[in-house]
Amino acid sequence: MSELNMNKPSFKKVGKNEKHAEKILRPSTTFMQDAWYRFKKNKLGLLGAIIIIFMVLFAIFGPYLCKYDYITQNLKEAYLSPNAEHIFGTDNLGRDVLVRMCYGARISLACGFVASVISVLIGVTYGAVSGFIGGTVDNIMMRIVDIISAIPSMLYVILLMVVLGNSLTNVFLVIGLTGWLGMARLVRGQVMSLKEREYVLAARVSNVSNFKIILKHLVPNTFGTIIVQMTLAIPSAIFLEASLQFLGLGITAPMPSWGGLAQEGIQAMRTFPHLMWIPAIFISVTILAFNFLGDALRDALDPKLG
Amino acid sequence: MAKYILKRLATGIVTIFVIATITFVLCHSIPGGPFDRDKPLNETTIANLNAKYNLDAPIYEQYADYMFDIVKFDFGPSYYYKNETVNDYINRCFPASALLGTCAIIVAIVIGIPAGIISALKQNHWQDNLLKIMTTVLVSLPNFVIAASLMYFLGYKLGWLPVSMWGTPEQMVMPTLALAAYPLSFITKMMKSSMLEVLNSDYVRTAKAKGCSGFLTIYKHALRNAVLPIVTSLGPQFAGIITGSLVVEKIFVIPGLGQEFTKSIFNRDYPMIMGLTVFYSILLIVCVLACDIINSIIDPRIKITEEGK
Repeated sequence: MSELNMNKPSFKKVGKNEKHAEKILRPSTTFMQDAWYRFKKNKLGLLGAIIIIFMVLFAIFGPYLCKYDYITQNLKEAYLSPNAEHIFGTDNLGRDVLVRMCYGARISLACGFVASVISVLIGVTYGAVSGFIGGTVDNIMMRIVDIISAIPSMLYVILLMVVLGNSLTNVFLVIGLTGWLGMARLVRGQVMSLKEREYVLAARVSNVSNFKIILKHLVPNTFGTIIVQMTLAIPSAIFLEASLQFLGLGITAPMPSWGGLAQEGIQAMRTFPHLMWIPAIFISVTILAFNFLGDALRDALDPKLG
Repeated sequence: MAKYILKRLATGIVTIFVIATITFVLCHSIPGGPFDRDKPLNETTIANLNAKYNLDAPIYEQYADYMFDIVKFDFGPSYYYKNETVNDYINRCFPASALLGTCAIIVAIVIGIPAGIISALKQNHWQDNLLKIMTTVLVSLPNFVIAASLMYFLGYKLGWLPVSMWGTPEQMVMPTLALAAYPLSFITKMMKSSMLEVLNSDYVRTAKAKGCSGFLTIYKHALRNAVLPIVTSLGPQFAGIITGSLVVEKIFVIPGLGQEFTKSIFNRDYPMIMGLTVFYSILLIVCVLACDIINSIIDPRIKITEEGK
């Protein structure tokens, strides 16, 4: 090792430099990058996301890859156990279970997505208006939410289904209409604190309308909460739809949903258990995956909530 | 204290009133009358039926009657079962449901609280990890999947328990477990977090410092405070039990109120649907209220915060 030659002339005085002090050396992380960094570290969340992507692909492309359709009956091949020809076997009318599972995935996942979008739309609007106006209006609006949420949503769903009848759109609509209460509460809470911020004051001073303040300044800032709530609303919508099938209020045959398939399967459980296990496992795994994803997103997007 | 309970009671009554109104409006907005059949009845018959069930009165009068009947705890006649009222059905079917629900809550508390304590004491050990996995999975499994799995393994494969019907203690095991799974895992999770919080508090450290044995510290000092949030959460848990019982009773063919509710949906028996919905709401609100009152009695801090407001 050579000796380091350090003496006074080899140093140079740098001094204060305003330009250097303000210089940003590394690219700044945006909110989304930060969230993605936190999300990546959560293995269960990633697993959940992968399972959900798989289920969505299964639902979209599955029916095109199968050579059977969900409705053709073939009584000679009824109640086949899983085999090379029918990977998941066949049901009581000889219909291929795999392709019925694909259509079931379409209905169940669509129900989850549509219902949660509806409940998010209602909940965000209600919560934002209530939180933004505040005072007596807020008090009344929140008491209404308290009263409605005192009763399990299942009862409302049943009542509404009885009134509206059990078509596909009604199931989506009714589950969406009953699931917005939690969302409204959370958004209201956030809007209450956000509306005191300086940028809202700045917007008011520059004569921005209340509607625009809510839409452009407040709601986008509750984005994290909305995404997390929506992810957690999807599995409960799927579960609610499946429960409705058990009560005889679900979507009517021949179009199957996972809940309907499970309900049919339970009746034939003793002799043909695969008819029960396949939909049961699909529903459980999907709900579990959404819960994992929701928890991971909450940790990533909204560390305060956890 | 009295003021707090009165306030909760008033909220409860308003809630029941609103629910009753919603059910009334919904059931009266259904297109078609209750006596529409495939083969139309002649007009005099319908007029007579309407007169019998007081359906020819103006709507506000029917609404007033309906509300007064609810105050008297009378839910009116069933349109489907000719000679019976909704009250007859509640009297006959509710005991089975109440027994099932009570068993489920008891199982959830008796297993959930110790499991939560173990989870908190052995935090990050294998016991805690195992319980964490179990609760996560049990919370996500729909009750019908749990019911079907129990039926398949305990009922068919092992043949230990009868798969359906109701009456003997053996027949009660599987429905109870299926119904208890969700509240059980919820209570375990909640007990764990509340126990962890209490264990880190000063008075537990004091108890340890003065030489209390581990068991005594937990039983005498920590448990009493840790259990408070569980009592509060029991109210909402009843809601889960009630909706869960609809599906579980259907699967296990239990002659309870849930089963009857499902049947009345199928039969489009509107007074029955209305009556049972209101009955469930009253039941639930009474449970939540009872939990709140118990909590305010065992936790003196609630009184102080209420008075402070």
